[in-house]
Amino acid sequence: MPTFYGTEVTSRLMLGTAQYPSPAILAEAFRLSGAGIATVSVRREAGGDQTGQDFWALIRDLGVAVLPNTAGCYSAREAVTTAQMARELFDTNWIKLEVIGHADTLQPDLFGLVEAAAQLAEDGFEVFPYCTEDLVLCERLVEIGCKVLMPWGAPIGTGLGLNNIYGLRSLRAHFPDIPLVVDAGLGLPSHAAQAMEMGYDAVLLNTAVAKAGNPVAMARAFALAVEAGALAAGADPMDARDMAAPSTPVFGKAIL
Amino acid sequence: MSDLFTIIGGGVCGLAMAAELSSRGAHVMVIDPKGAPGDHACSWWAGGMLAPDCEGVSAEPEIVRQGGKAASWWESHGGIVHHAGTIVVALNRDQSDLATFARRAPTATSLSKTQIAEHEPHLAERFSKALFLADEGHLDPRATLTALHARLDQKGVRFGGDIKGQVIDCRGLAARDTLTDLRGVKGEMLVVRCPDVTLSRPVRLLHPRFPLYIVPRGDDVFMLGATQIETSERGRATLRSVMELMNAAYALHPAFGEAELLEIGVDARPAFPDNQPRIRRIGDVIYANGLFRHGFLLAPALAQMTADLLLKGKIPEVWYEDHRER
Repeated sequence: MPTFYGTEVTSRLMLGTAQYPSPAILAEAFRLSGAGIATVSVRREAGGDQTGQDFWALIRDLGVAVLPNTAGCYSAREAVTTAQMARELFDTNWIKLEVIGHADTLQPDLFGLVEAAAQLAEDGFEVFPYCTEDLVLCERLVEIGCKVLMPWGAPIGTGLGLNNIYGLRSLRAHFPDIPLVVDAGLGLPSHAAQAMEMGYDAVLLNTAVAKAGNPVAMARAFALAVEAGALAAGADPMDARDMAAPSTPVFGKAIL
Repeated sequence: MSDLFTIIGGGVCGLAMAAELSSRGAHVMVIDPKGAPGDHACSWWAGGMLAPDCEGVSAEPEIVRQGGKAASWWESHGGIVHHAGTIVVALNRDQSDLATFARRAPTATSLSKTQIAEHEPHLAERFSKALFLADEGHLDPRATLTALHARLDQKGVRFGGDIKGQVIDCRGLAARDTLTDLRGVKGEMLVVRCPDVTLSRPVRLLHPRFPLYIVPRGDDVFMLGATQIETSERGRATLRSVMELMNAAYALHPAFGEAELLEIGVDARPAFPDNQPRIRRIGDVIYANGLFRHGFLLAPALAQMTADLLLKGKIPEVWYEDHRER
């Protein structure tokens, strides 16, 4: 199982906690999928006086590692403040760092991300940056001190799957020792399996489960796909080839 | 069983409870800090949509079933229900959300541009596809609560006094002092006046992050709702939330850009972890709570079940026993 900042997690499946029909269904999705990490947003829920604590208590009751995030933050400063609040609320140095650059597409602001990651790393945070598959950006994040990278599969909430296979493969090849998590854009379990087959360490998703007609069944489906993909990655898959290869020689035919 | 009841809380839950019990011949008193319905109750800020089929897209089937009785209950207790259905639309790039909604709302029928124009001419200026849920209705929450309060007063329900008989706690989120698993889900809403747009029924605009409903209140007034944020905060509408609601309304029809802003409302809905209502007993007190975003839709069923319990000894479907306390 992957190790994030020295902590080995219990599952390669990480789930967000937003948009479920109810907290009860959310809890059941976690239970049946065995997801090892719950991400939770604190920006909007904090209210004027940390009035979101009822919901946060429900998240703590899930019994999994909590990875607070800075969803909804549009500047480095806002993200840093939110991270500091999250550290107090959840008593963890982990922070999933999201700096949103575009309100409509929720595309990350990569410049703000680097700025905030640097400040947070200096302040002792263990940063999980939500980034793109851009190699130069990822190198910069690692230089700053990020020991996990979370490139997107596709923009948040689209369910398009892995949009840039080449870029994600390059990233894996370039950072063999950094835990890599595909975060955002997954729509189907097969997308998750594909990420795992490519050697990624984990996947993080929310909408695909929360907005499914049956979130509990979909969470379980993702868990199985993640397990299948990880098993496959460790089983040294065959390489694809252009020609069909008969397993027994064909007599009397020319070799084409 | 006693036929003397004291109901704590005069929001939609408490008043529906009082109406149901008194219509069955019980003596009822309602205790509410302000006496008459007002902005201290979260139902004051409600949309007033009686839309079980739309809600069924994300809520449990029980909610659809129990909510199906709401319209006739309100009418039999003096409420004015508009039976005009619900229209659901999505912007061009969110058409996949409309397809999902159609699949999950079996009673929804598709409307062409011409059919939209027959129902809502102004909407046809913007949308060429829509869904129609013909059996749904809506009411005006404030008018309904105020009228019900007056009607109960006339029928001899007492408002205020010393607690007597069986106590039924209908305080909504305020009951969190006893119901520890009750949480608040914050909602922000707007009331605007917009003479340039005419709508005859609630319209829902689907969006992956900023879904909106607009309910016509008559006299060019519309209610725009509502955010849904996991916090118990009962005040402090944020600029972002208000902006999102306005933006969605503007996307629905640009004429809303010229609307007059009459009101910004905010409160928190009382909800249990499964977002379904519960009836339970703690000590001698009966608690009816957890109506979440379904106050006007489910208060009638909750009141009927509570009355069946107290007058007939029938265990309600939503009866809750806390197994941890055993």
